[in-house]
Amino acid sequence: MNSAPILTVDNLKTYFFTDEGTVKAVDGASFAVQAGKTVGIVGESGCGKSVTALSILRIIQRPGRIIDGEILLRRVDGAGKSSEVDLARLDPEGGEIRAIRGGEIALVFQEPMTSFSPHYTIGNQIIETIQLHQDISKAEARNRSIELLRMVGIPRPERRIDEYPFELSGGLRQRVMIAMALSCNPRILIADEPTTALDVTTQAQILDLLREIQERTRMSVIIITHDMGVIAEMADDVIVMYLGRVVESGPVDEIFHQPKHPYTQALLRSIPSIFAEPRSKLPTIAGSIPHPHNRPSGCPFHPRCNERMAGLCDVYAPRLLPIGERQMASCFLYHEPEEAPQA
Amino acid sequence: MLTYIIRRFLLALLTIASISVLSFAIIQLPPGDYVTAYIAQLASSGVDVTPEFAENLRQQYGLDSPIYVQYFKWMEQIARGNFGRSLEWQVPVLTIIGDRLWLTMAVSISAVLFTWGLALPIGIYSAVRQYSIADYIFTFVGFIGLAVPSFLLALILMYLGFRYFGANIGGLFSPEYLQADWSPAKVWDLIKHLPLPALILGTAGTAQLIRIMRANLLDELRKPYVITARAKGMSEFRLILKYPVRAALNPFVSTLGYLFPFIISGSIIVALVLGLPTIGPLLLRALVAQDMFLAGTIVLFLGILTVLGTFISDILLMWIDPRIRFERRE
Repeated sequence: MNSAPILTVDNLKTYFFTDEGTVKAVDGASFAVQAGKTVGIVGESGCGKSVTALSILRIIQRPGRIIDGEILLRRVDGAGKSSEVDLARLDPEGGEIRAIRGGEIALVFQEPMTSFSPHYTIGNQIIETIQLHQDISKAEARNRSIELLRMVGIPRPERRIDEYPFELSGGLRQRVMIAMALSCNPRILIADEPTTALDVTTQAQILDLLREIQERTRMSVIIITHDMGVIAEMADDVIVMYLGRVVESGPVDEIFHQPKHPYTQALLRSIPSIFAEPRSKLPTIAGSIPHPHNRPSGCPFHPRCNERMAGLCDVYAPRLLPIGERQMASCFLYHEPEEAPQA
Repeated sequence: MLTYIIRRFLLALLTIASISVLSFAIIQLPPGDYVTAYIAQLASSGVDVTPEFAENLRQQYGLDSPIYVQYFKWMEQIARGNFGRSLEWQVPVLTIIGDRLWLTMAVSISAVLFTWGLALPIGIYSAVRQYSIADYIFTFVGFIGLAVPSFLLALILMYLGFRYFGANIGGLFSPEYLQADWSPAKVWDLIKHLPLPALILGTAGTAQLIRIMRANLLDELRKPYVITARAKGMSEFRLILKYPVRAALNPFVSTLGYLFPFIISGSIIVALVLGLPTIGPLLLRALVAQDMFLAGTIVLFLGILTVLGTFISDILLMWIDPRIRFERRE
């Protein structure tokens, strides 16, 4: 399927201007989301995954700001004509982006414990979302909320709807969160570490739920995680991020079976395997993520890379370029440097 | 929930009983008694007092019996609605306190309303627009408000009022209403006089509350549920009022009970400067004169009002914060 993507992020740069200096949380990320597909964004903590998600919704908090790039959301009207809106250009507090937030693009957050306000019932918070985007009465919105809760597998939803978030377990709360995100039939669901705070059995249930809902609604999903297992289970396409940049992207099979970028290879090596020799040491990636104020020159991964080429990787910055038909990587193992050294 | 309220209420009664013992003990603490003070006063005006005369006075007022007997006599009378006579004024205590208590409450409540009405919006604004120019200005003005003693503020305002508007801004009533019976016109006159004491008494508290609100709200604004609400597409204004502000209100409500005694004891000097007919100056005078029934009654009333205020703020908290409601249920 070669139709135009529903969401295209191009050269997105989101910087945080702090007193200690500028943090380039997202520094030129590009990727596309196809309709009805799941894109997995993977990377270590601090690589800019969550900031990318918040940038798409334009809810980056000060001192952060999108300083460059495009976020194109494509819409198809009734006559089959498609139009695009650049989210990066919208007023972040304006009506247009607010209609998109929660309406066309919904977010499921990583903290099911704290992402609901403890002062209102879950019903209140779901009904509010529905009424923000749809012109229906409170009673109708309530019925719809109960239906949604039933759909995400909340037992006795007509009673649960009047409970407070702290009366629910973490797993149930994350289900409610998903119900709330789905309440306005979004075309894109961004799930930011949706299972990180949950125990393993609950994780599996939530992932099953997400996949089942996606099959039913044909919406696109962007799933953000540091867990390669989640990616393998959920994603059609994978984006590997490191220090605010996309270092590799491609279909999930290619990423897992022929990873090109040394960082992707290292990530895959560090997954525990049941076939491994007992008591053998789990391979790790040498070093740790550099401090955001101290970005390495050239390729940001070169200090930790075991295939780095002196005089090349530490001087020139690689670009994300195609390798093969559908895979892309930004690494000089596959491309010659084509630009002047970075200052 | 009902059992919780009932339990709180019984506890409040118990607290009030202990307060009555304490207030009696407090007024007994200074050496001597009313007769000592009275004789000293007579002596200073040149009247000779014989020991027999003093002894007679003590018997007359029941000051010769043991302290616990005096306490129970006092309590017994209070249970019958008789708070005793003021030794100094020679009229029932309630007659003296009467209007003053209501006027004090009127002044205190308007000071609290002024404080909240100003501090909440400014605190919210300062937090939402942290480090903006307006935030810095409010912070600056707030610290000045905190640092200037309120009696000084009262003096300055009285001077300015007299100098530039020719108005005497002390007191709570215009002269023509001072002795008049209560009427709608007198109430209106009182309302016209309230803003100034409210401003003077409320300034320091306002500055303090702005800082508290700002700090609370800054904490709440960083919570994930704010991002959730934002991601729903809510407008910033509605979102902030509905979610973080409500959470930041908790500390305000929980300190409601202490506001009343705080304003009374903190306002004695201001009340003296402004000539306000409130409880504060009366308490001061009763303590100096060792007028035990008057002082005891006032201290007792303050204690009861504090307990009541705390009781009310507990119930309000349960209404505001469902988490408290559910903890109590268990």
